[in-house]
Amino acid sequence: MNERSGTANAGRADLAALLPPVDVFEDANGITVYADLPGVAKEGLNLQIDAESLSIDAEIALALPGGMEASHAEIKLPRYRRVFTLSKELDSEGISAELRNGVLSLRIPKAAHAQPRRIEVEG
Amino acid sequence: MLVQSLFPRDLFSMLDRLQREMQQSADVYPSIRGLAPGTFPALNVGGTPHSVEIFAFAPGLEPSAFDVRIEKGVLTIAGERSRQLAPDSATVHIDERFAGRFRRVVSLPEDIDPDAVQARYRDGVLHISIKRRAANQPRRIDVT
Repeated sequence: MNERSGTANAGRADLAALLPPVDVFEDANGITVYADLPGVAKEGLNLQIDAESLSIDAEIALALPGGMEASHAEIKLPRYRRVFTLSKELDSEGISAELRNGVLSLRIPKAAHAQPRRIEVEG
Repeated sequence: MLVQSLFPRDLFSMLDRLQREMQQSADVYPSIRGLAPGTFPALNVGGTPHSVEIFAFAPGLEPSAFDVRIEKGVLTIAGERSRQLAPDSATVHIDERFAGRFRRVVSLPEDIDPDAVQARYRDGVLHISIKRRAANQPRRIDVT
């Protein structure tokens, strides 16, 4: 799984967005991704997965009180975006996702033919 | 301006002092690269005539994990975020998310009421709302 830096992807790629920090782990059966998306509710999350890429698009929705004026902002854009290129052995059909307390967890299994297999050595 | 829609900026705000203090420790210019290390949780601060509003972007915690205090006009948000452990035998490809103890401090304006504070944690954002005291009424002093 590689990160894609280009902006060729369709959709909202043209809008400026924050790059969310992620952890990516790989074990024998698949890849696990955790992404920090604070301020994003389920309705604001848009995951696009096809055979080649995984894109995370998320809108921040805060309950701002009426008439509020900001005096200091470290989160200055209202959305997150990050795109990864998937490799062939990953099963994009089998992806599961969960969003909890602003953390997105993704599990991408490896296709059956890519699962580890012990080869017996005869002799 | 995208920024304005989410968090409009008012340079003449009474909280300007706060902003200057925090600028010393954080790069506040918009960055597509997200946050500089050492600024977890990211803070947005704003105010209305009746309240001061603080948003701490601290995903992946439980409400009970926060230690929020107001003491002598200073708000402290502290806690610890545990490391997301990779399963044994897993390879770590990217490891960017913050882990460890955190502590952020905000100087509050003088007119806040430390007894009227609300703190809610939702979607990974801790929102602290502190009421301002009612404006001091003109008071007649009796001369005897």
